[in-house]
Amino acid sequence: MRFAEAWRVALDALRANRMRSALTMLGVIIGVASVVVLVAIGTGAKREVERQVEGLGSNLLVVVPGRIDIGSAPAVSRLDLADVDAVSRVVGDPSRVAVTVASGETVRAGRRSDFTTVQGVLETTPAVFTRRLGRGSYLTASDVDTSRRVAVLGAAVAGALFGDRDPIGQQVSIAGVRFRVIGVFAPLGQSLGVDRDDEVHIPVTAAHRLYGTQRIDGIAVKAPDRERIDDLGARIVAELTRRHPDTEFSAVTQQQILGVLGDILGVLTGVLAAIAGISLLVGGVGVSNIMLVSVRERTREIGLRKAVGARPRDIGLQFLLEAVLLTSIGGVTGMALGVGAALTADALSPVPAAITWWSLALAFGVSAAVGIVFGVVPAQRAGRLDPVVALRAE
Amino acid sequence: MATPAIEAVDVSRTYQLDGVSVPALRGVTLTVAAGDYVAVIGPSGSGKSTLMHLLGGLDRPTGGRLVLGGREVGSLTPPELATLRNETIGFVFQAFHLLPRTSAVDNVALPLVYRGIGARQRRERAAAVLGRVGLGHRLHHRPNQLSGGEQQRVAIARALVTDPTVLLADEPTGNLDTVNGQAVLALLEELNTESGVALVMVTHDNEVAARARRRITMRDGVVVADSAADDPPADSAAVPDGPAAGGDADPTAGDGTERAEAAR
Repeated sequence: MRFAEAWRVALDALRANRMRSALTMLGVIIGVASVVVLVAIGTGAKREVERQVEGLGSNLLVVVPGRIDIGSAPAVSRLDLADVDAVSRVVGDPSRVAVTVASGETVRAGRRSDFTTVQGVLETTPAVFTRRLGRGSYLTASDVDTSRRVAVLGAAVAGALFGDRDPIGQQVSIAGVRFRVIGVFAPLGQSLGVDRDDEVHIPVTAAHRLYGTQRIDGIAVKAPDRERIDDLGARIVAELTRRHPDTEFSAVTQQQILGVLGDILGVLTGVLAAIAGISLLVGGVGVSNIMLVSVRERTREIGLRKAVGARPRDIGLQFLLEAVLLTSIGGVTGMALGVGAALTADALSPVPAAITWWSLALAFGVSAAVGIVFGVVPAQRAGRLDPVVALRAE
Repeated sequence: MATPAIEAVDVSRTYQLDGVSVPALRGVTLTVAAGDYVAVIGPSGSGKSTLMHLLGGLDRPTGGRLVLGGREVGSLTPPELATLRNETIGFVFQAFHLLPRTSAVDNVALPLVYRGIGARQRRERAAAVLGRVGLGHRLHHRPNQLSGGEQQRVAIARALVTDPTVLLADEPTGNLDTVNGQAVLALLEELNTESGVALVMVTHDNEVAARARRRITMRDGVVVADSAADDPPADSAAVPDGPAAGGDADPTAGDGTERAEAAR
């Protein structure tokens, strides 16, 4: 009964000061909405990255010299094709092994030119990574064996050099050496910030001749299944370490890449949510402020209620409920607003946004908690008012 | 005789104002019997308001012994004191102290909320008491839709709804014109006579005080005169036949006004 009365009085107080209540709620609404929107964008970005990493091909294992560590400089590679053969023997299936030796080069066709990444590769590349051709054909084993000067263009490179013309059979010059275009990749788009349509594939042997080197930058292996991927990586690293005792090698799986990227994006999402949380905090201070005003305004009412038998707890509950009601209504409104804004951003802009139930629960829980935390002091003050003083108040 | 409604023995109350002790009451001893009708008079600053607050359990004495409804006030916690006020005291204030935006019946029912009584029963009891003070036709009016006299009668109904043993009235006619003041006074006296609730009234109006069965005069924080002490037989006698100054008129709302007019 006492609780029902406190509830009724709290609602009545909010209704009696509509404008003030609405403005106070606005602080909470903005805070909750920004938490919901920013967490949605952070979550959306994380999912997008996961999708793209998965899109590189499944069960992928990348072997590179040096230690894989965010922030460390890439090590100079001492791998060569003999090492690739050794890795193939460990894997037991050469068609599952791809290599790359990359260099930034200017590619010309007639008067047009494009600066792009030229990758020396094996004929296994489309199978190891999931790459589809748009036109023509890919490199063959014999192209690699004979260092044939043939090239497969990324969709963007083909567009830059040939526009709408069909590049198949046309000549391009890479670093001054002529190559014949035999295929064009289907467009892939961006992946992890890299334009994957902006590259040219040539046989690794031709690349070695072109660059005057024998090195291999990295080896990629498509494992037969997910269970054996870590074991396979360890065996490859052991074999390479045996061949190059003074060099360190790392084998990285998609899961590890996802883990690292996920951690980074998780931290970013957390930071965004924390910044939004600050505005929620400011909203809470506003609630506290208004509640103190409310207590002061209703001092006589408090005195009267105490005179007729309200205990300090009854008065405190009444004001605490008023504060919690303010922030809860604000919280629900902010949630609706935040979900709406996130869905709109997702639909109308390239920003991905994903609503998660936990972010909604968190936002609402926090806003209700803000009401309790910031309502407690004014409520206690109301509860402790001396009835004699309160009754005399103007 | 039954236990007294109020028993004060050498009660004092000292305020601390900026580190300075200001004695407002300096040893007051008095007993209010059940059903008594007492007027407390004295100049401003004499301590009569402080005495009222103590007798109403709104404040606790800093010295002496004060017993309300059989309980020693000094030993009670604030929540216990709140419950004691709810159960034994009814307040009538000079400024009415009604909740705005709240109907008469809900204003009257308010003390029952803190007694944990259900909404329906609260309203029934409040409506009955409002009928008794002559406002049965004003149940759903809000204070700003009522005259001053009606507002004070709502406040009296609120004080009565809990069946208190003592009605404490602090200048109950102070904000009313003569006609309404007389009516309110008549109502209080009638309630005192009929339901046996003790009536303690602070006033500085000697005419009002003259109607009480007993007058306590305060000055400088002490009782300087108590008609009960001056004239014990008159006070210890049974309750007189009717209100001291009401005659035999029926003191309901309308009649109160007529009587007041007739008295001029």
